[in-house]
Formats: sequence, structure tokens, C-alpha cells
Amino acid sequence: MAEANVGELTATWEGGVSPYAVGHKKLGMWLFILSDSLTFSALLIGYAYVRMASDNWPTPFHLWPSVTMATLMTVVLLSSSLTMVLGVSASQRGDRPRAVRYILFTILGGLAFIVLHVNEWLDLIHEGVRLWENPWGVPLFGATFFTLTGLHMFHVATGLIYLGVVAAGVSRGRFTHEDVEVSGLYWHFVDLVWMFVFPLVYLLSISMQ
Amino acid sequence: MAGHAAVMEAPTGFIRKYIFSIDHKVIGIQYLLLALFAVFLGMVLSAFMRLRLAWPEEKWPLLQQIFPQGFAGGPMTPEFYLAMMTMHGTIMVFFVLTTAPLSGFGNYFLPIQVGARDMAFPILNMLSFWITFVAMAVMVMALFATGGAPIAGWTSYAPLSALGQVAGPGLGAGQTLWIVSIAIFCVASLLTSLNFLTTTLNLRARGMSLLRMPLTVWAWFTTAMLALLAFPVLLAGGILLLLDRVGGTSFFIPGGLVVSDQLIPHQGGSPLLWQHLFWFFGHPEVYIAILPGMGVTSHILSTFARKPVFAYKAMVGAIFAIGFISYIVWGHHMFMSGMSPFSSMAFSITTLAVGVPSAIKTFNWLATLWGGQIRFTSSMLYALGFVSLFVSGGVTGMLLAQPAVDVALHDTYFVVAHFHIIMGVAAIFGIFAGLHFWFPKMFGRMMDERLGKIHFWITIAGVYAIFMPMHYLGVAGALRRYAQLTEFDFLRPMQPLHQFITVAAFVTIAAQLIFVFNFFYSMFKGKRAGANPWEATTLEWIIPSPPPHDNFGPIEPVVNHGPYEYSVPGAAKDHIMQTAPAEEARR
Repeated sequence: MAEANVGELTATWEGGVSPYAVGHKKLGMWLFILSDSLTFSALLIGYAYVRMASDNWPTPFHLWPSVTMATLMTVVLLSSSLTMVLGVSASQRGDRPRAVRYILFTILGGLAFIVLHVNEWLDLIHEGVRLWENPWGVPLFGATFFTLTGLHMFHVATGLIYLGVVAAGVSRGRFTHEDVEVSGLYWHFVDLVWMFVFPLVYLLSISMQ
Repeated sequence: MAGHAAVMEAPTGFIRKYIFSIDHKVIGIQYLLLALFAVFLGMVLSAFMRLRLAWPEEKWPLLQQIFPQGFAGGPMTPEFYLAMMTMHGTIMVFFVLTTAPLSGFGNYFLPIQVGARDMAFPILNMLSFWITFVAMAVMVMALFATGGAPIAGWTSYAPLSALGQVAGPGLGAGQTLWIVSIAIFCVASLLTSLNFLTTTLNLRARGMSLLRMPLTVWAWFTTAMLALLAFPVLLAGGILLLLDRVGGTSFFIPGGLVVSDQLIPHQGGSPLLWQHLFWFFGHPEVYIAILPGMGVTSHILSTFARKPVFAYKAMVGAIFAIGFISYIVWGHHMFMSGMSPFSSMAFSITTLAVGVPSAIKTFNWLATLWGGQIRFTSSMLYALGFVSLFVSGGVTGMLLAQPAVDVALHDTYFVVAHFHIIMGVAAIFGIFAGLHFWFPKMFGRMMDERLGKIHFWITIAGVYAIFMPMHYLGVAGALRRYAQLTEFDFLRPMQPLHQFITVAAFVTIAAQLIFVFNFFYSMFKGKRAGANPWEATTLEWIIPSPPPHDNFGPIEPVVNHGPYEYSVPGAAKDHIMQTAPAEEARR
């Protein structure tokens, strides 16, 4: 490699700053998101697999209340992503109080999402949907529904705790802008996952009657 | 990035220093010790299997007293055999072949070789070890679970693994613990791979450009990428399998299934889905086990042949190519499953394509040796053994990649021979090579060369004696996963061969005690090692043995050379350290 080195000196990283100007935490979060997206992909592909393998997959969701509520949940979650963007931008300007306020709005949006979603779950459970059975036929309908939305809700709930910690840290000045931005990445990811779950689980199962 | 770390202070208390340590070197050794425990446990389990296969009807009064259930009536029960098989595979694959080459050596040497003072996330690093430890503890609990250890194999094929107690002993609590342990392991592996990738990208010393990284670092980096993208899919599969068992779902359980004379009340699931999810993880996992061994072998062959690695860039490219292709070949584990023959053909072609980068690596190793001044240290012998085993195990892979051949051989000992040689034994030889090579750096003392060589020769003869005859058994039609083959008329004449394999296995297992003795004896009584006993060039050899807590002390390493500058024409010495002044090469 001797001769190669002389030629490559210009391509040599000079140290000091990271080569892609990405901090550890941000890179770590991106890698986590990459990994976690494969968990969700696997579940979604599993869902597609059993759905295609089943005859008469149920399509029970009526425009009211299920689809409307799910749309409302989507709007709430998307809005919380918007407030997160505003929070990150405020934090970038160094406006800590405003950043904290927007993160709290985001938490509020996430909480509203969970409340609406739990309500939706309770409605379906009331109608007789279980992990192992449902009133409309193929038992795997309930299994895939609860697994996908359950894992997503778990991520939202984890995100709320995470954002709470970040908000507290920022207001006490212990966390930097990078921490806010990284938590924002996580929140947008959770939002993005919902943008797959909503059409694939709800919109593909709208009742045509 | 190394500047801010210069104030790192070594912890003083015993617990912070050795137990809950955030020092990547201590964590690396913790992983290696965990793997050492696991490998002996796994080996003992395999000894039970060999015992049953060689003398299926023999009674063992002593063992009957220790395992009244497993030896009910005298001979080992088939269920006990299957439990041994499941746990042997699981423990070896997850807690030895994943843990030692990647987490063990990678943790210890990746930061040093790139010139960092620690991993990017030291606390996550500590957590990943202790989470792995918990996973191991749960797996050992599965061995002692009520009803026995799981019997569904390391692949835990559904529906057998999804049904619970009704499908057989060990499929109750044992199987549940198995899944929980694997899920915990997935989390630990995620943390490890995050750390490795971030450290490699962000913490390199000044001058350590990507193409100056040792091939070991490239191998760990690619392996971490594989782990990052493979384990989450296993986690998803594990969640679904667990729900099938405890949540009443039927993702993997088809309708109308009758097991143990009972109609199973599930419907709609697909056992094939489990196989797809499992093998999407499972095939990259094979490369997670072997890639670090390839990196270590390249590193050691170059050092002891006193020559640069032949075609360094092609080696890097081959590592990447193998890593990439490993994601599109999983279907070759499923040729027998009733998958569409068209998919089989696609998977067959991608699988055969792995042969290209593998051959690039093999020929480059041979070209690295060509014309070198070879020093036959014990570490070099293991590296050469790795090349030998990699070729022996690899060529049978090319046979099995063809669906028409695989359909005949898939459920036979031919496959057992293939994957043991390439994934098991070759990877273990990579571990041995690395251990003998880096032992002086880790413990400040040399391992005994003579004992190392004796251990090498017995082990390589032993493993070939064990696994070569299995090819023959497989071609003759001996079925794998069976506790007893004497029931078949056409297999009965093969029984002496099974007995020969068992004897060879016992001798090889006993020979491992030489290694254990050498390891612990040398740790305390070995000859003192200097900073660079092998006259190697990479960054770990510029610092004292063992390295101080912050690795480089007051030095800020600046890298001016590639990793393998041996026998450079015109240079004063036969090796140029990576940190030597830039003019050294031209002098």
C-alpha cells in the first residue's frame, strides 16, 4: 500500500471533526431508526403475507367511527410532528423557553393520539375483536391489528417519556440543541411508521357497504 | 475527536473497574469469558448427542442418576437428545459465534485500531454486555425449565415451536424462555452494532482514512451493519411467535392441525412465514459469525508472512459484497419447504454468487502468503487452519446452493458437515487465531507457543475427523435431527462410522483442556510481552501491553501509513508502524 498512500494523502481525513459532520448521538439515532424500521417492515410484510394467504380478509371499518377517528389520530400525530419541528427550530435559535413549550405541545399531541387510540381499541374490544377471534371471520385480523398498532403505540408511549426527559433537560439547561434534534428524529420516525400503518391497516380495510 | 477524552480517569473501585465497567477493553474480556463459558456448555451438550448417536441403546447408570428424566429406563430418551441438539445449536450460534468474534474482540480492538480512547457510547456498551448476560442466564434457565429444555432446534421452526406443551416436552416453559432469551439478545446486539458503527465512522484518529483501516476493522464494521439490520427481523418474528404461544394468535399455526391426537383450535397462519422471518435473520447471522474471522485471518496472514495483504481494496470490496449478498440468499435454507421453484432458482443464483467474493478472499490470502517469509507461530497456524476450513466448508456450500442437489441432501448429515465446518469450526479457528495473536496485548504475557501448536494440530485433525465422515454419511442418506439411525436397515452398516466420529469428538473436546490450561496459565505465569511482540504495524502495537485505561495515554496517534506496510522496499525495518513519520516509506 506504500505507493497508494502517497497518492491518497489528500483524501486523508484530518481528524478533529467527524467526517460527515454528524455527532455521535445523531448518528446513533439514525442507525437505531434504520434498525427499528426493519422490525416494523418485518411485521408489515408478515401482515401482508397472512392477509394475502387468507380468503375473505375482513374489511369492517366504517367511515364512522373507525376511519374518521383514525384520520383524526393521523392529523393529531402529524400536528405533533409540526410542533416538534418548531421546537427543534426554536432550540436551534437558542430560544430555550420556546423550545420547551413546543416540545410540551408535541407531548400533548402524542397523549391525545394515545387517548384516541386506546378509545378505538376499547370500541373494537367491545365489538368482540380479540387477538384470537373477531366477529367478521379470519382470526388473524385481530392479531395483526393489535400487534401492529400495539407496537406503534408502545413506540409513541416511549417517545412521550423520552420527550418529557428532553423537555426537562432543556429547561434546566442540561441538554444541548443536538439532544432536541435527536429526539425530534425519533418522533418523526414514529410518525412516519403511522403513515404506513394508517393506510395499510385502516384504509385497506374500509367496509364497502 | 480524541482530544476531549484526554482527561479520562481510570475507575478505582472493584465493581466499577471489573463488573460494571464502561472500559471497552474490560467489556471485551467480559464478552470473551462469557463466550468461553458458553462454548464449554455447548460442547458438553454435543458430547451427549454424540453418545446417543454412537450407542443408541446403551444404558448409562451414572447419567441415569444425574438425569432421571433424560435417561428414563436406561438409554437416553429421544426427547433429551433433541433438547441437547436445540440448546447446543442455540448456545453456540448466539452466545459463542456472535459474542466472541464481534462483541469480544471487536470491543477490545476496534477502538484501539482506529485510534479512539473508548467506544462512542461507553454506557450503552456496558448495558449491551449485561443485557447479553441476562439473555444467557435466561437461556440457561431454559435448560432447567419444567418439562425440560426446548426441542424445536436452534431454528425453532413453527408450528412445533408455536404450539406449547401439547407438541412435546420442553415446548412449554422451556420454549417460552428460549424466545424471551433470544428477544433480549436482539436488543443487546442492536446496542453493540450502534456502538461499533458510530465508533468506526466518528472516532478515528487523525489520518486514519477509511482505506487505512485494518481489515479487522472493516470486518467488524460490516458485521455490525449485518447485525443492525438482521436482528430486528428476528425480534419481530420472536414477538409474533411469543404472541402465538401466550396471546392465542395464529401467525404461524395453520388450520386443521392435529398434534398429539388433538385438533389445534388455531387457523389461518403460515409456518412458512416463520421460516422467511427467521432465515432473513439467519443467513446474515452466518456471516456475522464468519466475517470477523476473515478480518482476523487477513490481518494475521499479512503480519506473519511479512507482506502487505494482497489487493487490500479487493478485500474490502469482497467483505462488503459478502455482507450485501447475505441479505438476498435466505431462501436457500427453504428449498425443501414447498416454496415456489422459481424463487428457488433466484435464491440459488444469488447463493452461487457468494462464491465470487469468497474466492477473491481465498485467492488473495494465498497470494499474500506467496513469496512471504512465513513465521509459523501458533496464531499463524490457526489462521492457515481458517483458510483450509473456509475452503472445505465453502465448496460444499456451492453444492447445496443448487436446489436439485439440496432436495436430496438437505435433511442429511451432509448439511450438518457443511455448516459445522464453515460457520462453526472456521469461525472458532478465527477466534483461536485472534486469541493467540492478541493475548500478549490483552494480558501483557505471551501464550505458550508449544502448547498452542500441540492444541492446533490435535484440534484441526480432530475436527476434520469429526466432520469429513459426515459428508459420507449424508450422501448415504443418514438423516439429521434423528436421535437414532439404527432403526433404518440401510443405515445400520454406517454405525461404526458414527462411533468413530464420537470417539474423535471426545478426543477433540478433551484437547480443548490444553487450550484452557494454556489460557489461564499464561495469563499469570506466561513470559512477559513487550509492546509489539509480533513486530506488527497497527495502532494496538504502539501502546503498552496491557493498554492503560485511556489506551493512548498522553499520545495523540496520528496515522501516516496503511495498515499492512511490511517489507517495504528501501525502508529501514521490515515493517512500518501506521504512526511512523510519512517520509519513512520513501527512505
